[in-house]
Amino acid sequence: MPELLNAPPAVDFDVLRYRPEQDTEPVWQRFAVPFDEDMSVLQALQHIKDQDDGSLSFRWSCRMAICGSCGMMINGNPALSCKTFVRDLLPGPVRVEALNHFPIERDLVVSVDGFVQKLESIKPYLIPKEPRTLAQGEYLQTPAQMERYASFSACINCMLCYAACPQFGLNPDFTGPGVLALAHRYNADSRDGGQAKRMAVLNAEEGVWSCTAVGYCSEVCPKQVDPANAVNQNKMNSAKDYFLRFLSPASASGPGKGPP
Amino acid sequence: MDLFTCDVVIVGAGGAGLRAAIAAAEGNPQLRIALVSKVYPMRSHTVAAEGGAAAVTQAHDSLDAHFHDTVAGGDWLCDQDVVDDFVAHARDELVQMEHWGCPWSRRADGHVNVRAFGGMKIERTWFAADKTGFHMLHTLFQTSIKYPSIQRFDEHFCVDLLVDDGRAQGVLALDIASGKFRCIQAKAVIIATGGAGRVFRENTNGGIVTGDGMALAFRHGVPLRDMEFVQYHPTCMPGTGLLFTEACRGEGGFLLNKDGTRYLQDYGLGPATPEPRNKAMELGPRDRLSQAYWHEKQKGRTVTTRHGEVVHLDLRHLGEKKLRERLPQIYELALEYLGVDPAKEPIPVLPAVHYTMGGILADGHTASPLTGLYSVGECSSVGIHGANRLGSNSLTELLVFGKKAGEAAAALAARSAHADSSRLLQQAQAARAAAQALVLRHDGQERIATLRREMAQSMEEGCGIYRTEAALQACCNQLAELKQRYQRVQLDDHSSAWNTEWLLALELGYQLDVAEAMAHSALQRRESRGSHQRLDGFEQRDDVNFLHHSLAHYCGADAPRISHGPVTITRSPPGTRAYGAAGEQADAAAHHATEAPHA
Repeated sequence: MPELLNAPPAVDFDVLRYRPEQDTEPVWQRFAVPFDEDMSVLQALQHIKDQDDGSLSFRWSCRMAICGSCGMMINGNPALSCKTFVRDLLPGPVRVEALNHFPIERDLVVSVDGFVQKLESIKPYLIPKEPRTLAQGEYLQTPAQMERYASFSACINCMLCYAACPQFGLNPDFTGPGVLALAHRYNADSRDGGQAKRMAVLNAEEGVWSCTAVGYCSEVCPKQVDPANAVNQNKMNSAKDYFLRFLSPASASGPGKGPP
Repeated sequence: MDLFTCDVVIVGAGGAGLRAAIAAAEGNPQLRIALVSKVYPMRSHTVAAEGGAAAVTQAHDSLDAHFHDTVAGGDWLCDQDVVDDFVAHARDELVQMEHWGCPWSRRADGHVNVRAFGGMKIERTWFAADKTGFHMLHTLFQTSIKYPSIQRFDEHFCVDLLVDDGRAQGVLALDIASGKFRCIQAKAVIIATGGAGRVFRENTNGGIVTGDGMALAFRHGVPLRDMEFVQYHPTCMPGTGLLFTEACRGEGGFLLNKDGTRYLQDYGLGPATPEPRNKAMELGPRDRLSQAYWHEKQKGRTVTTRHGEVVHLDLRHLGEKKLRERLPQIYELALEYLGVDPAKEPIPVLPAVHYTMGGILADGHTASPLTGLYSVGECSSVGIHGANRLGSNSLTELLVFGKKAGEAAAALAARSAHADSSRLLQQAQAARAAAQALVLRHDGQERIATLRREMAQSMEEGCGIYRTEAALQACCNQLAELKQRYQRVQLDDHSSAWNTEWLLALELGYQLDVAEAMAHSALQRRESRGSHQRLDGFEQRDDVNFLHHSLAHYCGADAPRISHGPVTITRSPPGTRAYGAAGEQADAAAHHATEAPHA
């Protein structure tokens, strides 16, 4: 890392506070944090909590962009605070807020319950096409077959894509990019035979057809999951499912809106 | 106070806790299972495991070879009956994960691929690129959703175990979002809370890895076993301690000193062949590699940086294509965090604390001496790691023993009745009052961050890669003082909802107890074995006096008492632990000796 010329001694952080037992509405609070060229936004928040104000609340754990805990709005963009570096945000102030589009529980902590309920609703587990015993060993799956779902299996559930999605902002019931990508992860897995069971959710009003293809979800994804692509492939499946029902009722998978 | 009654309560929803929950639910769908975790399951630290999970897979491999690698890797402090059981069940568990959808990396023919790992004689490590723990955790979490009998208590912090009538009967949990307490009554309790690496300064662990379950069991009289054995992983990021997986070396990476020399050849690990050779050089075990770094540093052959002395992890010869395919997360970490393109430049690395070999005393079926209490995963000491864990044994461990724990707890619950809940509620109320006292007080003077920093610094100085009696004693003294000062801790935050400072205070209490168990166990072990190395006249392994487990017993405000427990040795008597060419010679000699009677 090259030494930064003219690095400032400290950087201001404007943090949106909300303490439900004390604040009637969110308020901004400014903290000055000594600058270090390796410092992430997460480390700056930890500095504030350790030294200045122990009451600042935020989620974090792994520090390496894999646990998905520390998503927040940084200068207006959804980002993981552990892999956003203060050196890239100079001279500041750096503006830090809770993720957009989610209810704030406190300070930078948003409610995750709704997201998890959606995740649970799409049957996010392998529904085997053919049963197999342990004695039979693993299912065979070529690298090319893996490739069809590999990127969608990389989602860390950080919910940045929900904070980026204008449709989710308008309609909190929208299943949303991350969960739709997860549904596609299983639908596209050569071992899985559960697509028909998942289509009811995907076809529904709040499923894939709520997406207006803005694509900002894929831009903010820290793991290159490309949820927009997953949603698009789901739309193709959903449309196919919709038209199939006219041909053969047995293969249609439950109620749904179908293509507009 | 809310009372929730169930059959089995599991604390911790990482890989071990989830595997246990699934086993309990599958074994007996009638049972009600509570899964309590201070974070959402997919945030658990299993997520950060990178390299892979070991199981004998190839035709030319054998359970015997996995057994011997593990036992020698643990410097003969493993319980050999448990190791035998572990290696025998390893492959089935990994296949089960595959059937649940885990995206193991594949060979061209569609079979699961395996890679080389440190201290393993034959390639047997299953992997999902370099995000194995992430994929295992998400697969287990998503699979657990299938089972309606598993009721999750996400973001519930475990404040205490409830023990009555000589049995573990539940837990007291704090609902973090509301600040409300829940008493969860059960017939069996499984602790699956992970390790305690955050008691050290430079570590690879997530912020949540604070030894909670270890401390809770310890405080209720269950010994912590072999706590002096703390693994330093040799290749971590300077400054943050973030992990660069051993798979970097499994794929053929080199470790270089400041002169560009593959220095491991100077430490009994050579010869330095250009192609990776199992159990040699960079594929030696972690304790030996971290110790070699320490010696290079003493000799002035490391590179000085603003984050300390480093060596170089050189992956350039593997080429960008292979790095992007096999080690994509490592590539990203080096590039984004350090500004180093590993295809073009070597990565600066140093050892950092990674794993606690010891933990809650458990038998080979995960049962503790306290009736109704089981433990599994890094928090547990079932006896397979000895004095040094081999990379890729721990992900398999949490599956093999997670299943056993779930089945054992379910079986106990099915034949037990609930005790009277009023006594448990009384206990829960007392524990709640103690926890609340931390928030309510206004007369303290000590800041959590200061105590935590001093603890971590002290552990690094006293319980590092090499240890002396003087430094260990100083560490023990400092921990005793910190425990005193902890009684006067003062929070800024006096609220109930999402008071994370409160959680940090509770965690610090756990950490201080676990740290004391580590330091005092280390002080008492006057020999060098595996990851525990002494410089003060105890440089050799001493099988006469120390071929035994250490047991730390909680003594309240006083220092823990250390006693001994037997090591189970079935068929591998303690021998010379050798790697590289010396190891190959020793293997050949041992093979010859075994073959001789039939000749």
